[in-house]
Amino acid sequence: MTLASALHANLTEAGTTSSGEAVLFWVLAPLMVLAALGLMLSRRTVHVAVAIAGVMVGLAVFYVAQEAYFLGFVQVVVYTGAIMMLFIFVLMLVGVDASDSLVETLSGQRWIGALAGIGIGVVLISVVVRASFPTAVGLGAANADSNPVGVSRLVFGNFVLAFEATGALLVTAALGALILTHRRRLGRKIGQRELADARVARGGRLTPLAAPGVYARHNAMDVPALDPYGEPIEESVSRVLRIRGQEAAAAAYALETEEPGSTDRPSLEGGEDE
Amino acid sequence: MSLTNYLVLATILFTIGATTVLLRRNGIIVFMGVELMLNATNLALITFSRMHGNLQGQVFAFFVMVVAAAEVVIGLAIIVSIFRTRRSASVDDVNLLRN
Repeated sequence: MTLASALHANLTEAGTTSSGEAVLFWVLAPLMVLAALGLMLSRRTVHVAVAIAGVMVGLAVFYVAQEAYFLGFVQVVVYTGAIMMLFIFVLMLVGVDASDSLVETLSGQRWIGALAGIGIGVVLISVVVRASFPTAVGLGAANADSNPVGVSRLVFGNFVLAFEATGALLVTAALGALILTHRRRLGRKIGQRELADARVARGGRLTPLAAPGVYARHNAMDVPALDPYGEPIEESVSRVLRIRGQEAAAAAYALETEEPGSTDRPSLEGGEDE
Repeated sequence: MSLTNYLVLATILFTIGATTVLLRRNGIIVFMGVELMLNATNLALITFSRMHGNLQGQVFAFFVMVVAAAEVVIGLAIIVSIFRTRRSASVDDVNLLRN
């Protein structure tokens, strides 16, 4: 069974789609329009990125439903895989919290923009609805040797010059991105030796911080370790947990061999007994 | 269902993308609006390809995708370099040539 027959993608004689494809369309299209409206209306940039990724996946489904199997998979790989990942990467680099400002620098821009958008929509939709299209043929004959073969015959045949030009374009784009984001080093390079010297010169603690406590009944990050006297070491617990107040009491988990503080402490200062 | 429905969906998505470009100020969101417009044209091209029964529309959509990939790389590099110098991704803050 081929992919086309499994999807019932073939058109009827009158040029209309199968009812299964109609159901797919009416389920998916409103969702895609909602997600696209999320792009226009959502405040947070991350929500926008997720909404656009949803629209792109929906488009990939429509491409496959419309007998463009190759482009459907390219859509998933290139758009949702590469381009949206790049967007989210830059989003994290630029700062997720950089929310949109509501101050209008051009007065009335919002109303003029909304009006222009509605105008574009009305003009385009009325043109599309009123235009008379030929009876849809379907791609059954063109996809006879499978869709990727048909597309590649055109790409490497009639359009081979454009294909070479896009290759040059991609190389130029990669070089351009390298040059645009290149930053010249202004100061001297700081290596491990310089960092170590600066740390010693600054004084303070040179050794790593103590690890959190490990006890027979509890070994999570929130329990402080005990020092040789049985007192909890505050800085062995992550600073974030301490600020949130999620630090657990070490005494609850420590083995109760002796009451801390009740025994005579061995003095490390020395010289008291002598 | 006639194939015109796909074309109407494509125009709706194109309109939403264009309105986003006009209304939003965050450079990244504006850029995503451009991407949505490109995607909507691809849907229209693929629908035309099916309507006419030859694959040239799909080849055009393929080239649109390649050019979009190159465009995203350059556009995001520009946004990153603007953010480095101006500490902001808003398209309104790029007004060095004003006055």
